[in-house]
Amino acid sequence: MFKPVQLFADWLVHGVFGLGRETLAGGAVNFFVFDTIKIFLLLAAIIYAVSVMRTFLPPSRVRDIILKKKRFTAHLWAAGLGIVTPFCTCSAIPLFLGFIQTGIPLGVTFSFLVASPMINEVALVMLFGMFGFKIAALYAASGFVLAVLSGLLIGRLRLEGLLEGFDQTKRVQNAVLGAEMAWSERRAYAKDYTLDILKKVWPYVLIGIGVGAWIHGYVPQDLLARWAGADKWYAVPLATLVGIPLYSNAAGIIPLVSALTEKGVALGTTLAFMMAVTGLSLPEFMILRRVMKTKLLFIFFGIVGAGIMFTGFLFNFVMR
Amino acid sequence: MKTIQIFGGGCAKCGILYQHAEAAAKELGMEYRMEKVSDYEKIAEAGIMATPALAVDGKLMLEGRVPTIAALKELLK
Repeated sequence: MFKPVQLFADWLVHGVFGLGRETLAGGAVNFFVFDTIKIFLLLAAIIYAVSVMRTFLPPSRVRDIILKKKRFTAHLWAAGLGIVTPFCTCSAIPLFLGFIQTGIPLGVTFSFLVASPMINEVALVMLFGMFGFKIAALYAASGFVLAVLSGLLIGRLRLEGLLEGFDQTKRVQNAVLGAEMAWSERRAYAKDYTLDILKKVWPYVLIGIGVGAWIHGYVPQDLLARWAGADKWYAVPLATLVGIPLYSNAAGIIPLVSALTEKGVALGTTLAFMMAVTGLSLPEFMILRRVMKTKLLFIFFGIVGAGIMFTGFLFNFVMR
Repeated sequence: MKTIQIFGGGCAKCGILYQHAEAAAKELGMEYRMEKVSDYEKIAEAGIMATPALAVDGKLMLEGRVPTIAALKELLK
């Protein structure tokens, strides 16, 4: 599928720049040119397609679908629909209240809240582009299971008392939107959204792929295996902790991590790191503080964090 | 006299929607009153789950996106 891109990269690097195929610089620059073009093509196409789909699934419709499901199925639907719903920190509160106040259980809401930021199209495209289909699918599947299980657990713990002062008994009526979107509006929305995201992530992607290409070309093979191989117990928790403050930089971090994995970081560690980057975010933590008590936030972070580490250990163990 | 409400917690997009909506209302030559709603509970009470959102005379017209001025004119008619 990306043969023409590879041909172009070969031509540009070896032909125009005159860098030899066998030289370190030639290899690194070729890697950089090929990956950059490939990633941006993928990002543009996938984000556009997902955005068009989203115009058919506004959050209020997502909420209505989940509302009709019972118990366990509700968790599955919440996690599944979380994947296709964009998650932005500024909308987190209305989204959360919209769920709780229409009567969606807290646990089900959390299933949604875990899946939505963790399994997003930018992270999936980057994973697919840098690691291939298998790893991207593995990541999505683990994220989904993690979202369902942590939501189920939070639901079991009956933590409704830890929500911050808003009237939980006041059932908000479902809002009815005035008009359906026309196709031209869906396309305009998708174009704007795609450009928005690309504008936001492009420097990170370039830097990530650039540093990744350098590591790919210059860092000796298996250098990192000694410190971050599958047999190092501390690698997974450390990766999870480091991932938390790197929120919203998934686009730049994944190419970097891909290069590190090549140099010996174990796969489970990599997955845990990326899940922590996307799924645990400090800005989200701060904003959710307005609707839930700090204790509930810590329980939420604790459960998801523990789940991420478990996933990391599991894959390190299985793939060894 | 129509009341145009813009819901949002103060993100950049909410400001743009406010400007677009006001420009659209002006171009239509309609009588209008702009209102900003930034209180999270009020936003949730209106049944809004994605900001920015826009309501005309209490009727929710759109959420989570910023249409062009031309598209808003259609919506406000």
